[in-house]
Amino acid sequence: MSVAISRRNFLKAGASGAAVLLVGINPRGALAAGQQSTEFNPFVRIDADGMVTVIIKHFEMGQGTTTGLTTLVAEELDADWSRVKPQFAPSDNAKYKNLAFGSQGTGGSTAIANSFMQYRQAGAAARELLVKAAARVWQVAPQQIRVEKGVLSAGNHRGSFGDFVELAAGMEPNPEPILKSPEQFQLIGKQKLPRKDSKAKTNGSARFAMDVKLPGMRYVVILRAPKFGGKLIDFDASQATKISGFVDAKALPNAAGVAVYAENTWAALQARNAIQAQWDLSGAEQRSSDQLVADHRAVNQSPQHQAKSDGTEQVAALVDAAPRRIEAEFSFPFLAHAPMEPLVCVFEPTANGVRVLDGCQFPAIAHGTIAAVLQLKPEQVEIETLYAGGSFGRRATPTADYHVEAALAYALLGQKLPVKLIWSREDDIRGGYYRPMAQHRASIGLDENGQIIGWDHRITAKSILIGSPFESVMVHNGIDHTTIEGVADSLYTLPKMSVGVTNFETPVPVLWWRSVGHTHNAYVIESLIDMLAHETERDPVELRLSLLDRSHKEQARLAGVIEAARDLADWKPGQKRGFAAHYSFNTFVAVVADVSADGDKVHVDKLHIAVDCGVAINPDVIRAQMEGGAGFGLGAVMRNAITLQDGEVVQSNFPDYQPLRMADMPAIEVRIVSSNEAPTGVGEPGVPPTGPAVANAIFAVTGKRILDLPMTNSGLSFV
Amino acid sequence: MAIQLTINDQLHHLDVAPDTPLLWVIRDQLELTGTKFGCGVASCGACTVHLNGTPIRSCVTPISVAAGGEIRTVEGLEGSGDPIAEAVQQAWGEKDVVQCGYCQSGQIMSAVGLLKETPNPSDEQIDSYMSGNVCRCATYVRVKDAIKTASDKLEG
Ligand code: FES
Ligand code: FES
Repeated sequence: MSVAISRRNFLKAGASGAAVLLVGINPRGALAAGQQSTEFNPFVRIDADGMVTVIIKHFEMGQGTTTGLTTLVAEELDADWSRVKPQFAPSDNAKYKNLAFGSQGTGGSTAIANSFMQYRQAGAAARELLVKAAARVWQVAPQQIRVEKGVLSAGNHRGSFGDFVELAAGMEPNPEPILKSPEQFQLIGKQKLPRKDSKAKTNGSARFAMDVKLPGMRYVVILRAPKFGGKLIDFDASQATKISGFVDAKALPNAAGVAVYAENTWAALQARNAIQAQWDLSGAEQRSSDQLVADHRAVNQSPQHQAKSDGTEQVAALVDAAPRRIEAEFSFPFLAHAPMEPLVCVFEPTANGVRVLDGCQFPAIAHGTIAAVLQLKPEQVEIETLYAGGSFGRRATPTADYHVEAALAYALLGQKLPVKLIWSREDDIRGGYYRPMAQHRASIGLDENGQIIGWDHRITAKSILIGSPFESVMVHNGIDHTTIEGVADSLYTLPKMSVGVTNFETPVPVLWWRSVGHTHNAYVIESLIDMLAHETERDPVELRLSLLDRSHKEQARLAGVIEAARDLADWKPGQKRGFAAHYSFNTFVAVVADVSADGDKVHVDKLHIAVDCGVAINPDVIRAQMEGGAGFGLGAVMRNAITLQDGEVVQSNFPDYQPLRMADMPAIEVRIVSSNEAPTGVGEPGVPPTGPAVANAIFAVTGKRILDLPMTNSGLSFV
Repeated sequence: MAIQLTINDQLHHLDVAPDTPLLWVIRDQLELTGTKFGCGVASCGACTVHLNGTPIRSCVTPISVAAGGEIRTVEGLEGSGDPIAEAVQQAWGEKDVVQCGYCQSGQIMSAVGLLKETPNPSDEQIDSYMSGNVCRCATYVRVKDAIKTASDKLEG
C-alpha cells in the first residue's frame, strides 16, 4: 500500500498512455468523470489494471481516515477491498475542502461526517459508468450486470474494472447516482475490515515527514525564547562552529529565535546547545503557575460575559436563597499534546516555487501562510501530505506556527536548498500551544426535594479562537464557543443556569487539544452531576436519565448510550463504580469506570464504553478510537500538567511529562449503539467522559473528590 | 572515527564521531527511517532496535558501543527467517494495532525481544517489559492483545 505517491504522478493521470477513469466533483459541484483531472477534483481513480485509488482529502494521524473514506468509495463501487488503496489529495482548498468548515483541513471529528455522501456518490457514479460501458460492450441492458468485488458480469460475460475504464472515461456520469440502502452494505458496518495503513506501519515503510531526506537538505532546529513572548536581541554561535556538521545560525526575522542549520539532526541539536542568546523578556509571561491559578480564580469572581439568558446575579440570588447547595471549584492545568512524532516539515524548492512535505492537518491555513511568508503566489506552493505521527490538534494551528518557522528558515537560505525543520521533544513540551488552563466555579441551589432550582457556573480560560481566523465564526459577544462547549449547551435539563465567562490574558499560546473545551467542561459537569447524585442519595445513572427528555432527539440519544453503558457494565445502584456521559462533536459516549485503590494508590481496572456515532462505518476503527481517546484522556487527568516557574516551563520531556504507559491502561470494552443516523466523528468524543468517569469511581471507592487536576495534585498515585 | 556495523545482515563502514547516537546514524546516514525519534532520552522506546539480539534504545547508545555488533531494525524483520518476528508482525496486522503508527516500530522490536526472553508472558510481564514503549495514541490494549496472539501462535 502506498499513499505517498507524489502529486506529480497523480496529475499525470492518463499521460502515460494507459487508460484511467477519474471520477470527482467539478467546480459547479456536479459529478464529473474523465481521463484528465484538470477540470475537476477526482475522488476516485481506476487504472487499467483495475486498481482503485481513493483520493483522501483529510490527513491521517491515526484516526483511520484512510480506511474510512476508502470504505465509502469501495462500498458503492463494489470493489475488492484488497484492490483499493488510499492516496492523499494535494493541497487545494477549492477542490478538497472539508464541507464542515469550507476549507481544506481536518479537525473537530468531521472527516467521516462531511465526506459520507461525497465519497459514496463518487463511488456510485464510478460504478454506474463502468456498468454503462460494460453494457455497451456486451450489448446487454445495464440492469443485467452484476458487480461484485471488482468484477462485472452478465450471463457468460465477465470483466474487471480495468477493462472498461477507457470507455467509461468518455461517458457523462449520472448527476444523481443511486446509492445503496443500508441493508445493501457489504463493507460499511463490517466488524473487521483490515486498516489500509496497517502493513506500512508495521514494517517501517510508512513515510512520515520526519523520515524525509533530500539531496543537499539542511536540518534546522530553532533556539526559542526561554519564556513565552520573549524576543531575540542577539546571539553568539562561536562555540557551535566546533561541532562537526554545523553549518550556520541565523536570527529569524520575526525575532522569535535563532535558526540553527546543520548537515544532520544530531549536529543541529548539539550546535543549538552551544549557542548563547540574549532575549528581551519585557513582554514575556513571568508568572508561575500558582500565581496563574490565583489570577484565574480572582477574575472568575466577576465574569466578563454571560453565555445564557439568565444573568449571573439573578441566578446567584436564586442559589443563595436555596435551602441546599452544592459548591465546587475546579482547576485545570495547561496540557501539551505531545504527539509521538514531534513537529517537523520539509521545504523543497521546485521549478517555480516550493513543495512542502508535511503531515499537514490544515492545508488551507498552511498553504496561504507559506505563500505569504515566502512572497509566492498560492499556485507556486504545493503541499504533499504524509502520514502524521499523531497530532491531537497540535498540527493545526490558526497561525501555522511551525510552517512559518520552516518558511523563514528556508527563506534565510535564499529558498534554494531543501530545509527540514525538526522539533525535539523538549521543543514540543516547552513550546506552548497548550490546552488552556481553566478555572471553574459552580454553585448549585436545590430545593427541599433535591431538585435543581439554580445553577451558577463561571469559567475562566484563555480563549483559543479570539484573534484567529476562526473568531468571526466561533466567537460571539466575546464568548469563545470552545470555552463553554459542553456546559452552556449541556443536554441535561438544568433549570435557571447562568454561565459566566472570563477570557484570561497571558502570552502563553493556547490551542485546541483532542476534544477542545470538552476536556475540562465534561469533567466539571459530570463531576457535579455525580456530586448531585451523592448529595440527593440518588443513583447516578437514574439521576442522569431523569434529566433527559426523550422527546428531544439528542437527549434521547444520550439517554440511549447511558443505558447501553449501564447494561454493558451490568451497573447496579450502590456499587462503588464511576459513571459519566457526554455529547461532543455530534457523538454520544457514556463510560462506566472500575478502579481499585489501596490507600492513595489507585489503579484504573476497566472502562465500559458505549458510543452512538450514527451509522458505524468501520466498527473496529470506532472501537480503536474509543480505546485511544479514553487512554489519551486518562493519562492527562491522572498525571499531566505543564507548569511555569517565573514564566519558564518546568517540564521538558517524557520523564517529567509522564505519558500513559502500558501498565496504566485499563481493559476496555466498547459497545457501539446501532443507529441509522448520519455518521459522526469518533476521534475526540471518547476523551471527555473518561476523566470524570474515573474521578467519580475514585470518589466512590476512596471518598476523595478530585477538583484540582491532575489527580496526582490530590496526593493520589497510580500503580 | 572509522566504524564497522552490521545492520540487517549488511556490513557498513562508516566515519562518524564515536559519541554519535546510533539512532541518528541509522536514520540520517543509512536512511533506515522505520526506527523513530520520539524523545532522545530513553524514555519512549520509539527508537528501539536489536543489538546482538537484545532490544536497546538507539537514541542513547553511542555508535562506539554498537561498533562491531549486529543490529536489526524493523526493516530487517521481514524475511529474516525469525519465526518470532514473523508471528509478531502478523499479529499486529490481525489485531489492527496501529493508529498513527509512529511508535509501532519500537513496540514491535520490544515485543519480539519480550517473546524471545519469555515465550508465554503474563499480563504483568508484558506490562513491565513494554513499560518503556510509549504510545500516545494509547493502542496498549491491542499491543497486549497482539503479543498474546503471537505467543499463542508460536506456542501452538
Ligand atoms: S527516542 Fe529513544 S527512547 Fe525515545
Ligand atoms: S500508534 Fe500513535 S503513538 Fe502509537
